[in-house]
Amino acid sequence: MQSLLPLIPFLPFAGFLINGLFGRRLPKTAVGLIGSGTILGAFLLSLAVFSDVRNGTAMEQTLYTFLHVDSLQVQFAFLADPLSAWMMLIITGVGFLIHVYSIGYMHDDEGFWKFFAYLNLFVFSMLLLVMGDNFLMLFFGWEGVGLCSYLLIGFWYENRAYGHAARKAFIMNRIGDLGLLLGIFLIFNTFGSLQYREVFEGVANYQNNAWIPTVICLLLFVGAIGKSAQIPLYTWLPDAMAGPTPVSALIHAATMVTAGIYLVARCSSLYALAPHALEVIAITGLATAIFAALIGLRQNDIKKVLAYSTVSQLGLMFLALGMGAYSTAIFHVTTHAFFKALLFLGAGSVIHALGGEQDIRNMGGLRKALPVTFWVFVIGTLAISGFPLLSGFFSKDEIFAKTYEHSGALWWALAAISGLITATYMGRLLFVTFFGEFRGTEAQRAHLHESPAVMTIPLIVLAVLSVVGGFLNTPHFLHLGGSEWLSHYLAPALARPATPETHVLDARTEWLLMGITTVLALLVLVLAYAVYVVRRNVPVADSAMQPIARLLANKFYVDEAYDFLFVRPLEKLSKMLHYYADIQAIDGVVNGVGRASQLLGAQFRKLQNGNIEYYLLAMVVGAALLVGSLFI
Amino acid sequence: MLDIIQTVPIDYFVYLSTLLFGIGVLGVLTRRNAIIVLMCVELMLNAVNLLLAAFSTYLGDAQGQIMVFFIMVVAAAEAAVGLGILVMIYRNTKSTDISLLDNLKY
Amino acid sequence: MTLALILVPLLGCLAVFMLPSLWSRALALATGALNFGITLAAWFWLDPTGINYALDIPWVSEAGIHFAMSLDGISMLLVLLTNLLAPLIILSSFERRFDSERRYYGLLLMMLMALNGVFMADDGLLFYVFYELALLPIYFICAIWGGEDRIRITLKFFIYTFAGSLCMLLSLLYLYLHTDVEGAHSFLWKDLVAVELAPNAAAWVLMGFFLAFAVKMPLFPFHTWQPDTYVSAPTGGAMLLSGIMLKMGLYGSLRWMIPMAPEALHTWTPVFLALAVTGIVYASIIAVKQRDLKRLIAYSSIAHVGLIAAGILAWNKAGLQGGLLQMLNHGINVVGLFFVVDVIERRLGTRSMGDLGGIAKSAPGFATLFMIILLGAVAVPLTNGFPGEFLLLNSVWNYANWLGAAAGLTIILGAVYMLRAYGLTMFGETNAQTAAFPALQTREWVVLGLISALVLLLGFFPQVILQLTDSGVSRILGAVQL
Repeated sequence: MQSLLPLIPFLPFAGFLINGLFGRRLPKTAVGLIGSGTILGAFLLSLAVFSDVRNGTAMEQTLYTFLHVDSLQVQFAFLADPLSAWMMLIITGVGFLIHVYSIGYMHDDEGFWKFFAYLNLFVFSMLLLVMGDNFLMLFFGWEGVGLCSYLLIGFWYENRAYGHAARKAFIMNRIGDLGLLLGIFLIFNTFGSLQYREVFEGVANYQNNAWIPTVICLLLFVGAIGKSAQIPLYTWLPDAMAGPTPVSALIHAATMVTAGIYLVARCSSLYALAPHALEVIAITGLATAIFAALIGLRQNDIKKVLAYSTVSQLGLMFLALGMGAYSTAIFHVTTHAFFKALLFLGAGSVIHALGGEQDIRNMGGLRKALPVTFWVFVIGTLAISGFPLLSGFFSKDEIFAKTYEHSGALWWALAAISGLITATYMGRLLFVTFFGEFRGTEAQRAHLHESPAVMTIPLIVLAVLSVVGGFLNTPHFLHLGGSEWLSHYLAPALARPATPETHVLDARTEWLLMGITTVLALLVLVLAYAVYVVRRNVPVADSAMQPIARLLANKFYVDEAYDFLFVRPLEKLSKMLHYYADIQAIDGVVNGVGRASQLLGAQFRKLQNGNIEYYLLAMVVGAALLVGSLFI
Repeated sequence: MLDIIQTVPIDYFVYLSTLLFGIGVLGVLTRRNAIIVLMCVELMLNAVNLLLAAFSTYLGDAQGQIMVFFIMVVAAAEAAVGLGILVMIYRNTKSTDISLLDNLKY
Repeated sequence: MTLALILVPLLGCLAVFMLPSLWSRALALATGALNFGITLAAWFWLDPTGINYALDIPWVSEAGIHFAMSLDGISMLLVLLTNLLAPLIILSSFERRFDSERRYYGLLLMMLMALNGVFMADDGLLFYVFYELALLPIYFICAIWGGEDRIRITLKFFIYTFAGSLCMLLSLLYLYLHTDVEGAHSFLWKDLVAVELAPNAAAWVLMGFFLAFAVKMPLFPFHTWQPDTYVSAPTGGAMLLSGIMLKMGLYGSLRWMIPMAPEALHTWTPVFLALAVTGIVYASIIAVKQRDLKRLIAYSSIAHVGLIAAGILAWNKAGLQGGLLQMLNHGINVVGLFFVVDVIERRLGTRSMGDLGGIAKSAPGFATLFMIILLGAVAVPLTNGFPGEFLLLNSVWNYANWLGAAAGLTIILGAVYMLRAYGLTMFGETNAQTAAFPALQTREWVVLGLISALVLLLGFFPQVILQLTDSGVSRILGAVQL
């Protein structure tokens, strides 16, 4: 199995090459088959790897030496331990479903082959990210997925706004990447290696000298902020919805944006030494969770709502990481991948049926026309809102419980509030979209249709996963059998939780906490039903909004603030430096030297006035002076 | 012959030729008529010739007088070329004023 | 081998000058290809741990001047760069018709000879002679076939770089006069290096070299000749300048400047590094709002070269190795970018990004190749720009953390201006002009395809190049203790 490890990323890479080079000439069926087939192959291989490492072992496979300068030696090598095997399963599994879905969704697009090539390249990069056995390999994947994200957001490049969104995503990611890169430098300087094993073995020497690990952890976290769209670098993710919907599902919900979580979890033994860094992560995560959820309340673009929801859920995952509950975060990554991919693909199905319409104010009453989509969307909504026994219920509850356990009631309350807001906007989204009267145009009404099977089957599979996914890691006090399976599985790859075992909450408190959040979430859903279905409220037009609603709808004007604070000054600085510093000052000096010598010449040449008498006089005077100098 | 010449002190020859040379220099510097400038140049040359001849006689060395012949040949050639140029200048400018000839400036 | 690398282009140059214009192209390309073949052979039989193919003919033996050349790993890399790019540059020039092909291709080959000489010379005066000889053909190329205002711009370029090199000549002469080889002076590299300088004198010698190389690279604030020159030069000239010629400055500082006056480096390195890092950020910021594609590449080149210079000046293994690797890769990328601009300009007659857009729709293959080259320039991992930039940033970071962080801004700003350029030219709606953008022709495919392939190959396997220079760098590091 070990020798087949490199095949897992290179299968999608082969798909990328074939589709990229020859896709234009291949029939669409072949392109789709190659695209999804390679991912399926990778998934099956990942399953085999998973079964090998299930007992906590790890396997490595080195391909060649990538870089070797002095003591810096980096191998192009792969590592599969429980953590990366789990991520591989998510990436290839969800990735495969989304590939299949895309065959239907992108069928009429002329860039069909290009789409699959990019998607395969993305899976390749993502697999590099999680399978690399050193920080540089991680960085390859890290930037690679950013690049694919750029390519896919800008997929419909004729639209300038989309191209702009793509650029924004890449650049904001790069800001984070710089942090990550500096963190990698510091890791190398400190530990003398970039290989995970060697670094994490070296960590023990810094038990009593925490500030270097803290700085490293903070730098790495800057990278995670960029990739996982946390405050302050989150604004690219909602804009990234410009890409085709399967892309939003795969890259901007299920996999790529969770790379930051993976990074922190991977470096958990470093973070274990840096409690202050964990605090920063927790605060950032919680703030993002609430902030993004609030914005989600007043968005009217079906994908934007889901995008802010993603940002908010990522915040929750970081909260879990900040609590030292690494496996909980990975658990939520897993369930989130299921239900968020489901929601996005469901939204895609809606958009597909409406011929590109994304504004929920122009939808309504779609449950009859799109029954399958409706039901899977209901499941997704319930899962994310924390409906009992669905996947989101378990993973979210675990996050809340760990928060309470680690930081107390206030933190728990804030986290729970973000969960309530989530239920609110998801309820609003569901009811406004699928209930009530159809509010679109007549042409759209005539066009309404359920998506083809190639799209609905992945939806159904994801719906099933969203329902049962929670049982991967049921809390022990529920006695549902196989309790905390995922935590035990992941344990060998993660550092022990920061909280000592003795602190574990008693079952009664856990029941109480779970009860409160669940009941409140259900209440909120019912309330949303009352407001949007019974009273038939429809979100108002932009111009009729109340001040607070407008503030939310305009995303707290963060984009405008960034534009004012960073983009414009940079552009202005660029122009000013070019004109004043470069042309006027520096080049002015250079030209000044030239001009000075010219001026000097202009003065001296006046001696050459052409009049022979002057020359003669000068000659005589010169001769006289020469002779005279003999006598001095 | 030698005796007669030697009755005149060598100093007098030096004074005379210096005077002649000075007149030549002043003439070259101050006069604007090209013909006069040329003549002044001749004057300077001849002042030197005089001095050379005088010293040659006093020292009994013929080399100085050989030099004089060279100078006379050169002076003759110079006068020929110079006057030729002068004629051309006159044809072009209808004048022999050298201060008009300042085209070779800057 | 070394002599052949000089003689082949020289003979080719003479032949091109003498034979009719009809044959110039074929002859030039054949010469370039032959030289590349010789280079590959030299690489194949090269022992990277030692000095290879040494040649030492007394030139002016009374004065201790030798016609001495050799190849070690470092020189080999630069020679490889030169002879790899030269055929590509010649080939890319085929797309344009020059009013005197003989002269153009003859000058190109002359340039090739001089550049090879610069990178192989073992003798101070020989180095200087080749260094100046390289300036002549490029001056004529830019002044004859350049664009608007070419005479003024080219003259400025010539005088500026020439003045810099004269400072280097002074330094060389000073060192020469202090050599003592059995009572005589010598210009040989090893003898010049052996000179022990007083700190004060070392500072002056260092300055002389620095001025020459800083102008050539160009390093902030000696860079102002460069954007204008790149813009006005014909594309082939701009490729020569940015792809190969500015490496003379980088190579010079590595091989000549620092080893000659290490005594003074201690005091001056912080200043030089600060200048280099300032230049990176400064040029990147300026590039953000450029409209002319060529000018944008020019400023980006200043930023990239600033990073290479910073890595070299930091004088550690990672910096030197990364710098050498990046010299090769920057050369490849910048030639590719200039060719892309040339393709656009030849078709549409404009380089202004405001007039472009939507080319990805009318010429998707072209857009893809442009993207690959651009990724190399932005240093995305697994393209050739990354390993070098990684090593360089690492070495600057090791020298001083805050400088490393500041230099790291280049990865953000680089993405900003490059993607802006890509978005404005390739993305968006087509306009009347770009809608009819003709697809690439075979020759253009060949050039861009080769460059793209190199971008990816060197991105996956940088160790091939690093291996070549490894022991050369170790030797030079070992010889010069700061």
